[in-house]
Amino acid sequence: MNFVALRMLTGDRAKYLGLVFAIAFSTFLLENQTSIFAGIMIRTGNQIADVTDAEVWVMDPQTKYFDETKPLKDTDLTRVRGVEGVAWGVRMFKGMPVARTKTGNFYQCIVLGLDDATLVGVPRKMELGHWSRLREPQSIVVDKAGYMLLFPNEPFELGRTLEMNDQQVRIVGISDASAGFVSFPVIHARYSEAVKFQGRERSQMSYVLVHPQPGVTPEQLTKNITAATGLRARTSDEFRWDCIRFYLANTGIPVNFGITISIALIVGAVVAGQTFYLFTVENLKQFGALKAIGVTNLRLVGMILLQALTAGAVGFAIGTGLAAVFFEITAREVATRGLILPWYNVALTAVAIFSVIIVSSLLSIRRVLVLEPAAVFR
Amino acid sequence: MKAVDCQQIHKSFGEGETRIEVLRGVDFSAAPGELTFLVGPSGCGKTTLISVIAGLLDPDAGRVELFGQEVGKLGSRERILFRRRNLGFVFQQYNLLPSLTAAENAAVPLMAAGMARRKAVDRARALFVKLGIEAKADVYPSKLSGGQQQRVALARALVHEPRLIVCDEPTAALDHTTGEAVMDLLATAAVQPDRAVVVVTHDSRVFHFANSIAHMDDGAIVHMESGAHIPLAVFQ
Repeated sequence: MNFVALRMLTGDRAKYLGLVFAIAFSTFLLENQTSIFAGIMIRTGNQIADVTDAEVWVMDPQTKYFDETKPLKDTDLTRVRGVEGVAWGVRMFKGMPVARTKTGNFYQCIVLGLDDATLVGVPRKMELGHWSRLREPQSIVVDKAGYMLLFPNEPFELGRTLEMNDQQVRIVGISDASAGFVSFPVIHARYSEAVKFQGRERSQMSYVLVHPQPGVTPEQLTKNITAATGLRARTSDEFRWDCIRFYLANTGIPVNFGITISIALIVGAVVAGQTFYLFTVENLKQFGALKAIGVTNLRLVGMILLQALTAGAVGFAIGTGLAAVFFEITAREVATRGLILPWYNVALTAVAIFSVIIVSSLLSIRRVLVLEPAAVFR
Repeated sequence: MKAVDCQQIHKSFGEGETRIEVLRGVDFSAAPGELTFLVGPSGCGKTTLISVIAGLLDPDAGRVELFGQEVGKLGSRERILFRRRNLGFVFQQYNLLPSLTAAENAAVPLMAAGMARRKAVDRARALFVKLGIEAKADVYPSKLSGGQQQRVALARALVHEPRLIVCDEPTAALDHTTGEAVMDLLATAAVQPDRAVVVVTHDSRVFHFANSIAHMDDGAIVHMESGAHIPLAVFQ
């Protein structure tokens, strides 16, 4: 009877396509919006993730997330280095000066100043040039998205100059740094030079990047540092989640995405549910005939579930395919790079969609179960 | 042994002031090898009676026996299985599944009983040859005329070789010539020595096919007429 169930489903082309389209659209919208939301949230901590040399970030106790820092005192570096379990600690500067090109084009940039001696935190993935050239005077590495903003429609080329706070600097490398929350160019420079790119403040050090000694876990080390210095110390993962939580709590992003996701779920549920229910109602006479012929209720339930799951699976596959194509295309765009379709979003959407399908098929099942087979004679 | 034996069947619908007694102590029987007609005006209870006979409705009182088996004593699942094995149905509006071909429609009772689709459809095709509609085996119902659809419905009722076939107004949606052809087929192909056919109709033009006729009125059998084939003149 599975054959009969599937032919009943696909035989009514208009309803079948309407049902599949509703499920596909809902799936696409859910996967699309949840993935963009997750991608944007992940972006808030991408600069932290790009630093692979150090496991612990030390900051002022008032610093809540990466983009907004309160400078540390220079002596804090020495204090952190003296904490038990610290293998090494280096300073890091983060500023947001304005960079100008020779043509007059200008953008606010994220400048990361790295320890002069070790260059801890330098981007390891390079599009052009080598990060070690940062040791040259007045040199910077700019990320490729930033380069395309500063020098639109121009080929990647080393040696171009930028001006920041009356300091002229030379591009010695183009990195493949991860996209940040805001699409500003990300510039890496040596600490001693980066601090000059922005108006002088008394304290400049934003972070101390720390590596634990062998046998000391980053989590243990954060506790040691906070206990010994009173400064805030977070592992890279903890700090990334701090950033995500900050944006979740302090921006309208989750509300906006939440509304879209809810609408996608409601519209999908209503349209798919109603279409499937109508499909069953319009076939009641046929179900009644099958009941009269001697098809058991259990078999009819199986038939309806098979129809619902088939329509759901086809719609879900089409919707997921569309979402995959969407992210394949957007991943190639500079502004939307790094936005992907994570497997857990696909899994969550599958749970949501199939829950909707099961609920709507339960309504249909109820209608068929209460149907008297004698109704077929009326 | 009688194919159908109903004794003192009572059935009512609704409650209180809206309660309507549709069957008022019906006694009815049909013999194997005969085409028995159940006739009467609209609303007299014909459809309710065949629903009770087919085990689709429970009577409020009375006893229904099909080939010696008291239907009321069967549990819900047993009754479904009994119906699946022993009954075939022909409906007024054919009730064919529009997305199945004619042969697939006819094979549904066999598939419902668990037979593989290919084998079931082959059996249906063989029956189509007997019924003279083999050329329509792969055609969808929407492309068939009313008479052809009723023949397919008849094939569906016969394919699993049931012992009782219940037909509800099989000629109501057909013109006279087509109705005659369908009834002729029913009389020749459906009636077997070990099988009974009960037909509900008020199409007097086909009464001459009947071996016996039960007249119903106001929820009771008021007159029973038997004979080899009852002449049309009797009812005119």
